[in-house]
Amino acid sequence: MKNNIINFFATIFLAFILSFVLPWWSVMTAALITSLFIPLKKASVFFVPFLAILVFWAVYSFVLSSSNDYTLAKRIAMLLPLGGNPYILMLVTGIVGGLAAGITAVFGKQFAALAVKK
Amino acid sequence: MKYAKLIISFVLTIGIFFVLNTKLGSIPPIGKFLNPYSGIWQNESTESISGNVSIPGLKDNVTVHYDEQLIPHVFAQNESDLYKAQGYLTAKHRLWQLEFQTFAASGRLSEIIGEKALNYDRTERRRGMGYGADQAIAYMEKHDKETLGYIQDYADGVNAYISQLKPEDYPVEYKLLDYKPEAWTPKKTALLLMYMTKMLAGNDDDLEYTNALRLLGKDNFDLLFPDFFDITDPVIPKETDWSFIDVPQTPLPNSEVVLDTITETISKPNPDNGSNNWAVSGAKSATGNPILANDPHLGLNLPSIWFVMQLSTPNHNAFGATIPGALSVISGFNQHIAWGETNATRDVIDWYKVEFNKDRTKYKYDGQWKDVSIRIEDIKIRGKENYKDTVLYTHHGPVVYDKNFKSDMELAGYAMKWIGHEGGNNQKTFLKLNKAKNYDEYVQALQYWNAPAQNFVFASTEGDIALWIQGKFPNKWEGQGKFLMDGSNLENDWQSYIPQQFNAHTKNPDRGFVSSANQHPVDENYPYYVFNDGYETYRNRVINDYFNSKEKFSVDDFKNLHNNNYNLKAAEIVPYMLEHMDASSFSEEEKVIYNEIKAWKFNNDIDEVGPSIFRQWYGKLYNLVWDELDSEESELDSPFTYQTIYLLKNHGDHKFMDIVETEDKVETAKDLFLIAFREASERLIEIKKEKGDYTWLKYKATYAGHLLQALPAFSRFDIPIGGDRNIVNATSENHGPSWRMIVEMTSPPTAIGIYPGGQSGNPGSKYYDNFIDDWAAGKYHQLNFLQSNQATEAIISTQNLTPKN
Repeated sequence: MKNNIINFFATIFLAFILSFVLPWWSVMTAALITSLFIPLKKASVFFVPFLAILVFWAVYSFVLSSSNDYTLAKRIAMLLPLGGNPYILMLVTGIVGGLAAGITAVFGKQFAALAVKK
Repeated sequence: MKYAKLIISFVLTIGIFFVLNTKLGSIPPIGKFLNPYSGIWQNESTESISGNVSIPGLKDNVTVHYDEQLIPHVFAQNESDLYKAQGYLTAKHRLWQLEFQTFAASGRLSEIIGEKALNYDRTERRRGMGYGADQAIAYMEKHDKETLGYIQDYADGVNAYISQLKPEDYPVEYKLLDYKPEAWTPKKTALLLMYMTKMLAGNDDDLEYTNALRLLGKDNFDLLFPDFFDITDPVIPKETDWSFIDVPQTPLPNSEVVLDTITETISKPNPDNGSNNWAVSGAKSATGNPILANDPHLGLNLPSIWFVMQLSTPNHNAFGATIPGALSVISGFNQHIAWGETNATRDVIDWYKVEFNKDRTKYKYDGQWKDVSIRIEDIKIRGKENYKDTVLYTHHGPVVYDKNFKSDMELAGYAMKWIGHEGGNNQKTFLKLNKAKNYDEYVQALQYWNAPAQNFVFASTEGDIALWIQGKFPNKWEGQGKFLMDGSNLENDWQSYIPQQFNAHTKNPDRGFVSSANQHPVDENYPYYVFNDGYETYRNRVINDYFNSKEKFSVDDFKNLHNNNYNLKAAEIVPYMLEHMDASSFSEEEKVIYNEIKAWKFNNDIDEVGPSIFRQWYGKLYNLVWDELDSEESELDSPFTYQTIYLLKNHGDHKFMDIVETEDKVETAKDLFLIAFREASERLIEIKKEKGDYTWLKYKATYAGHLLQALPAFSRFDIPIGGDRNIVNATSENHGPSWRMIVEMTSPPTAIGIYPGGQSGNPGSKYYDNFIDDWAAGKYHQLNFLQSNQATEAIISTQNLTPKN
């Protein structure tokens, strides 16, 4: 359980730092690193980094959007189409980042497992 | 097993990276697009309009005051800095539009949106858009380095903005389409001016008319497409004395029309592109100051075609609407004069049939073989190999139609002669107008203007009003260029141009006002051949009747006229149709509609149903009248509205009234009124079921569409505004007054203006579409004309542009 919490915050922290030097896939890089150094078990391997990035991206986009009355978010939520609801767009944003992070973490876990065996 | 898991998870990782990083069809690369640090969330902001920005190449400080409409008031120390700042600020607020319009102009849309734009791109290139821009740059390099220098300054300003952008700062459309801005060049300004030329002087029907002449014969053709209508209320008043013109019209040669069958023609600009402008003299003005108004009718788009700015140096101070990509103010005023434009369509495109030798390297001309030159158009297509299109050029111009494009003629083609290819110096006209102090300087500025021909209205604080129809016009022989011409006969070439000083104009006419609304420029007495380009015949009469109706006019009268919804077209035909239609057999539902239109007072206001009924009824009627011209084998144009109504009222039993399909019956106009009314009623009842009612508001459903195929998310729909085409308030579904300006020539001038959009090009900004509601309601915004670099209470923020060392 403790590792879950450490991994969760470490993934967010790393993703935040890496975002200054890497494009959007910095979340994949962050999840890869934490999966190698803060090993998790079973479903947590995927879900912890998934939730970490989901929360990070959704909150970050909320912060950016709320200060501008969600003007653009409402439009993009029409474009995609998500019924013009900006909150669903934030959730989708979070899920997109979370999926990328979670899947990468699963790969990291498999890689680590193999490396340890040898 | 371990390896299998590793490989599977690896493939999944690569897979998700690929899917989220790649544009798939019309879906943007969703990871790039949605991430909060470089995706669309970064565009969720209003623009920063304070602080200092350092710009390389500035000579001195430039101050930019913003008012609450986000209009920048620019104070530069010299013209070079001024246009650098204009480029910088236009890019800052409108970058995507600025660039996209020039991509559209030059036929480069395939680069951005892929193969589906290829046909469009080929058309624009075969039309010679790039060629024309090259000619304009070449002209300036040779004759006017000063103007070219300012165009370079503008480019430097745009590029100063682009080069400081990081990917997260790109406008949202770049993220949506997954590409990035490229450097701006002077040629792009030339392309933008070509784009305007195409939009406003790119219409012609020579090939359609050729088909019509072949199918209908000369007598019918002349009845359907007359050179003058039975009424004319021209731009230049009828009583004008032309005796000062001493260069005659080119004499009629012995030339024969080439009666080819043309099955398909290239796309034409919207025929509704037009405008109103007018000015009253001091004597006719309630305050004693001349008053001037302008409202160009163009497509209603977001971002708007216009960007309003004040542009000043210590030597001049101009204010008004600019067009992203062009320098200086296009429709506006300075401390001394005000000016505005309407389109003066004249036939400046002609078509020549050329015959080639066997390997298409030469063409026949004056009994000899003349060399063809070749321009290879290399069209980049996103995700595909480039498409290379070889366009043959003759001395007439590009061979647009040949065996490679919309034609199957092996050894012949149609070459286009267009004033837009001549390489003019249009930019200089605006640079000089911005600085002009009086009538003489206005006339001087106009002489550089080639195309698109415009009716330039003018008023000055000195008390003059004037209107010049300015463009470079070929001095044609009677009827020249109405139809396809034989390109080997040198008598068919344009022989000379009308000397600029003989262009039709009027200064301080006795009637005390000048006006133009895309109608016939002159009457039959003007000594040069003027082809009827389908001239407007309604707005002009409403405007001129209004100014003849009383002694004095105020700014409020001007506002009322801008927003005038009187439908003269309906008033001229509806009573006649009602009188001559047999209404005895109507059903209950039809009777309701019949009574509704009977009660209509011909105002196209939003809560009326009359306009919707009229639109349906007349539309159906028009199609019934011209069913003869609905042909699959050859491209044809239907006759003008005015002439159609004239025929319905005066030649009701002409054979055109007969419906071709009903072989055993001969219909007359009266029969058509009834058939059309029944069809219209049926459709109106359907509309009522779909939309609840058919008030003009719902029927017309005016919208301002985003430049990308009216993406609904970035567009505004159901805008509550009345009017229609052929009405002074010319707002139809997606077209109308794109900028309304009224200037009173006090010293300095006081002005109001508004356009259906907003100053920002960012759909995430509150300034993106914030003018639309006021515009629809017929309101205006005060244009705060600052007289010095001191911020007044109208200014909400100031930004300083400083030289970068």
